[in-house]
Parts: sequence; structure tokens; C-alpha cells
Amino acid sequence: MHIHRYEKLWLIIGSFILFIFLGIVAIQTFFLDMGPPSHAEIIDPQTVRESEIFADAELTEVGDNEYEIAIIAEMFAFQPGDLEIPAGATVHFTLASPDVTHGFKITDTNVNVMVVPGHISKISHTFDEPGEYLILCNEYCGLGHEFMASTIIVK
Amino acid sequence: MAHINEAPIRHKGIAVNEAAAAGITTRDIRLSAANLSIAFIALVVGGVAGLLQGLVRSGFLELPSWISYYALLTAHGVMFVLVLTSFFSIGYLYAGTSRVLGGLAPKTLAFGWTGFALMTVGTVMAAFFILTGNANVLYTFYTPMQAHPWFYIGLALIVVGILLNCVGMFITYQSWRKRNPGKLTPLFAFFANAVFVLWVFASLFIAVFVVGMVIPWAFGWVETIDPMMGRTLFWAFGHTLVNIWMLTAISAWYVSMPKLIGGKVFSDSLARVAVVILVVANVPGGFHHQILDPGLSVNLKFLHVIQTFMIIFPSLMTAFAMIATMERAGRAKGVTSLLGWWKTLPWSDARFFALIVAMLAFIPAGLGGIINASNQINQVVHNSIWVTGHLHLTVGTTVMLTFFGISYWLIPYLSGRKMTRTINRLAIAQTIIWAGGMLLMSGAMHINGLLGSPRRTANTTYNGSSAASDWAMYEMLMAMGGVILVIAIVLLVYIWAQLAFIAPKGEGDFPIGEDYSPSDASPLFMDRWSIWVGLATISIAIAYVIPLINFASGDMPGSPPFLMP
Repeated sequence: MHIHRYEKLWLIIGSFILFIFLGIVAIQTFFLDMGPPSHAEIIDPQTVRESEIFADAELTEVGDNEYEIAIIAEMFAFQPGDLEIPAGATVHFTLASPDVTHGFKITDTNVNVMVVPGHISKISHTFDEPGEYLILCNEYCGLGHEFMASTIIVK
Repeated sequence: MAHINEAPIRHKGIAVNEAAAAGITTRDIRLSAANLSIAFIALVVGGVAGLLQGLVRSGFLELPSWISYYALLTAHGVMFVLVLTSFFSIGYLYAGTSRVLGGLAPKTLAFGWTGFALMTVGTVMAAFFILTGNANVLYTFYTPMQAHPWFYIGLALIVVGILLNCVGMFITYQSWRKRNPGKLTPLFAFFANAVFVLWVFASLFIAVFVVGMVIPWAFGWVETIDPMMGRTLFWAFGHTLVNIWMLTAISAWYVSMPKLIGGKVFSDSLARVAVVILVVANVPGGFHHQILDPGLSVNLKFLHVIQTFMIIFPSLMTAFAMIATMERAGRAKGVTSLLGWWKTLPWSDARFFALIVAMLAFIPAGLGGIINASNQINQVVHNSIWVTGHLHLTVGTTVMLTFFGISYWLIPYLSGRKMTRTINRLAIAQTIIWAGGMLLMSGAMHINGLLGSPRRTANTTYNGSSAASDWAMYEMLMAMGGVILVIAIVLLVYIWAQLAFIAPKGEGDFPIGEDYSPSDASPLFMDRWSIWVGLATISIAIAYVIPLINFASGDMPGSPPFLMP
């Protein structure tokens, strides 16, 4: 099998670039803790609403400007919905669904995670910029999908 | 020379093309034509749905109460991404295989027609339940959203029908190899066989999901279903599907494009290497659709990311082969300058023009794909309408324009008619209009996605939020793109009707390129599909055994149904 000199060059350079891309992504994932949300914890969807974590959950302060909140993603709202936090706060979100798969996306941030029934999802974010952020469901979940949203106000 | 005027007119106005350079039999014509007919209907239905979606999402149209945006979206996805692509690919690959292998085996026709019948019945069933609002689950039908149980029967029939078509291909391919020991299979047949091998892998995953899990659950025989298992099985299928389209499309680039430009196939052996890599490394990329899913480890996701990046390698090979083919053809015509061969290409031949616009579209399409697959970078774009922009560039432009280009020689080849100068000019216009519409729509989608606009979502401003107000202008551009695309579809249907039924009779051939250098032919073992199937099975196992066993044994609680509506 004869490979033309130019093709060898092209493939080597191309592969090298891909290797660099993969390397950067790998370093960020495995050494800088920037990997995608991959929480592994099982929960029965039919018990989510009454479970200790999610029933009557409230924004709770757990450290210096550090909070956690457990949110139920259901057809067609996030429970609790609108949130208010101070600027610079780090928030740890814990999510589960009692019904179908939802998405949890906060615009103007990298917060983006799937909420699949049977599993608990976790994602964290530090809200440096004050302002109003839209939380929306970005995974189709039924005929009311486009209404599923709430707001985070960062003061 | 055979007298085409004496050839009997067959059902649907298709004449026997006995004078075609390598005489495709009527029986083979009929099977391909049948598949293409369903593909054309799917194009129209899916296109109308898409137009309506664009108008709704930009606020220009409000749907009547009896049909929801999501029903249209489901129809659009199923019609384009499942029905059109499958029927067209089968019609095209069967016809090309008949051309290069000297006809399809009789058993192939039996499997082909049975497969066609099942696929068609399944399509009609699925379409019925979608359009009557009983399957608002989108083309991905993620559980535990549940549609009418007979919707899933329709899907199952389509999958089984496709599997039968796979068997049909293997029968002809292997029978040719038995009758021609020591000879390499023609490159087109190698491509076609690869497509159907991939299709078997894809179909097995989706069959396990639909037949083994969803149907029992939809009929109430089991109470719960595991959504993560479902997503994982679906995307093993869904991801493989895109490479099925790609292999089908690049078969035309590698085998026919050289002939169209008066050149030769650049390297038979390297083409086969690219095909084999695509088959072996393909399935295990499925998790790049699940990068943000819970329950899958960071390590497993990264393994799939690596395997996704491996698929980029054959695309690099393809890019080189295409340009090398074109340059060589130009040099053979006497061009000595660095890029002057570009001008010697047959730009005014619609068959070539559609293909090269498709190839050019592959550049941004592929770059977008690398971004999407880059692990945590996916978080920026996942489930936003950027992804929709990406898929309209890849399947919507690269694959579709290639299919349209193919149809400009395939339909005349089957119908015994010829591409007149007028039709050719219309086809060039169609290519430009389609590409322009897609560029506009897809470009707007990419930007809107970066601004946070979600995909698969009906028209909303999220209570007048400021984020949503950024999207309005781009949604209008998307709608404009959609309108332009529908104009292109109307033009295309006209062209196809002309080529199939009305154009004057003529001798059209199915362009098959010759090898540039016969001494560069592949070694014979490349034809031993047992090797590639074995390697592909191993690579799939590495990627999927652990997570699937995990889900199957992890005492998953399972979800009851949620009916849509």
C-alpha cells in the first residue's frame, strides 16, 4: 500500500493536532477537575418527592459564600424555582426527576446537566457576575417543555 | 445499440434501461425505484414539517390546537433522519451494487422486497401515530416518555426491514466473491457492504431497546423501564447511523466523483482502509451524546471521546483523497500551476457541483463535530440549538447534497431517461438554493445556540426574559432559511419528476471510476469481512459492555410510563 509523501505529512500533522486537542481536554478533565458532570447515585424516581434530600428543599449555606440546593426537575417546573444568591457565591446543585428526563441549563454559564429518572445529578457553579440568569429545561419533556424555566437573581 | 424506444414502459413510467453501459435488469431497477419513491415522499413530508417549525419558532405562525409543535418535530426527525436516509441509501447502494457486481442475486431481491414492505408499512404506521398526536416523543423517543404502543411496532418494522436489506446485500456480495475467487471486490461494492455491516450493528442495539424493552413496557407487560439503559442503547444506534450516512455519501465521492471529472480513483487501497476504520471504530463513540448524563463515569465518557476522535482520521484521509483526485485529473489535462486544476473541474455539471458543495460544507460540519465531542466543551453547547445547526450542516447539507447529486445520475440510470441541459441548470440552481438556505439557517442556529437558545423547544420567550430576547433575530433568520429550503425542495421534486417520468429517453450511466494505479490495489484480505466484523465487535465490547452490565445489574428502580400526550 503506497502512501504518498504529502498524504503522510497531512495525516501526521492532522493526527498531531487532534492529539493536542485530546491532550488539553484530558488534562483539564483529569488534573484540573473540569470533567463533565458524572455523578453516580441511584434514586427511585417514584420516591423523589418525599425523599429526605428533595422534600421541601431550601437554599442552605454550607460555607463562606457557599451554598447547596436540591432541586426537583419535573414536568414542567423546577422545584424550588426562583433563587436569590449573593454575588461571588458558589452553589452546589443536586437534581433528580420524579418523571421524565429533563435538562438543567443556566444561560450565560457552563451549568448544563442531564437529569435522568433513577439517577441523582450534581453540578456546581460560582456566580461571579451579578445579574439575572435564566434556568431552563433543555431536554424535551412533554407538551409543556417550553414553559419549564425559572430565574436566579445574583445580587 | 439497443432500441430504447422499443423497451416496454413499466409500471410508474419507468422504462427498461437495457442500453445502459452495464445493463441493470428491470428487477433490480424496480427495487431501487421503489425505495427511492418512499424517500421522495419522506422528503416532502419532512420538509413541510420543518417549514412549519421554523415559522412557529420565529412567531410567524400559531399552530391549530389539533397538532403540536412537538408532533411536527417528531415527524421532521423521523422522516428525514430515519426514513429518507434509509430508503435512499438502500435504493442507491442496491443499484450501484447491481451495476458493479453484474446484478443482484435472486435471494437478494426476495430479502430486499420483504425488507421494503416491512419498512414501508412501519413508516406509514409511525407517521400515522405521529401526525395524530399519539407519539409526541421526538425521533429519539427517550423513555420514560411513552407513545402509543403501535408507534413502536411501526419503528420495529422499519428496523427489521432494514436488517433484511442488510442480509440481501451480504448475499449478493458473498456470492460474487465465491464466483470470483482471487479477485478483489469492486470498490463500490466494498463500500456498500460496509454500510450494511454497520447497519447490522446499529439495528441490533435499537432492536434490543425497542423490541426487548420498549414494546413490552408500552403494552403494559412490564411495569417499568430504565431510562439510562434506553439512552445508552439508543445512542449506540443513533451514533452509528450518522456514520452509515457518511459511508454512503463518501462512496459517491470516492467511486463516482473521479469518473465525473474525467479522472481516476486516487487510491483503492487507502479508500478501503478509510472504510474499515469507519466500521471498526464507529459504534464506540455513542457516549458523546451522553457526556452530561449521570451514572456514566468520567473515564468511560473520555474513552468514547477518544474513539470519536479516531473517526476523524478517515475524514482526514478522505479530504486528502478528494483533493488529490481532483488535482490529478487537472494535471492529466495539462495544468501545471499550483491551483489551476480547480478551474478544470466540471462546475457546470450538476452531478459534480452538488458533490463538491457537499464536500465544502463538510469542513465547518466536521469542525463543529470536533467541538461537540471535546468532552467538557460539550457542556457549552449540549441541547442548545447549536447542535441542530451542526446536524443540518452534516446530514442536512453534506449528506443530503451528496444524495441529491447522486440522484441526478441514479434516477436517469433507473428510468432510462437523460439529464437535459435545462434540468441540469435547474439542478445547479437547486444546489445553490439548498446550500444557501442551509448556511443561513444553520449559521443562525449555531449563533443562537451559543446565546443559550435550547433545541427541540417550541416558541417561547420564557416570560420575556432578556436572554430570550437575544434569540429573536436569529429565529427569524432560521425561518427565512427554512422558507428558502422549501423552495429548494419544490425545485428538487420537480427535477426528480422530470428525470423519472418526463425527460427524453437517453443513455445514462452510473459513473464508476477506474483505479489510478492498478498496482495500488488492496491486498485480498481486505475483503475478508470476518476480520473487520470481529474487530468491530471487540471495539464495541470495550466501549459498551461495562456500562450496559452496570445498568442491567445495578438494581435500577425503573420508571413507569408518562404518556405523550
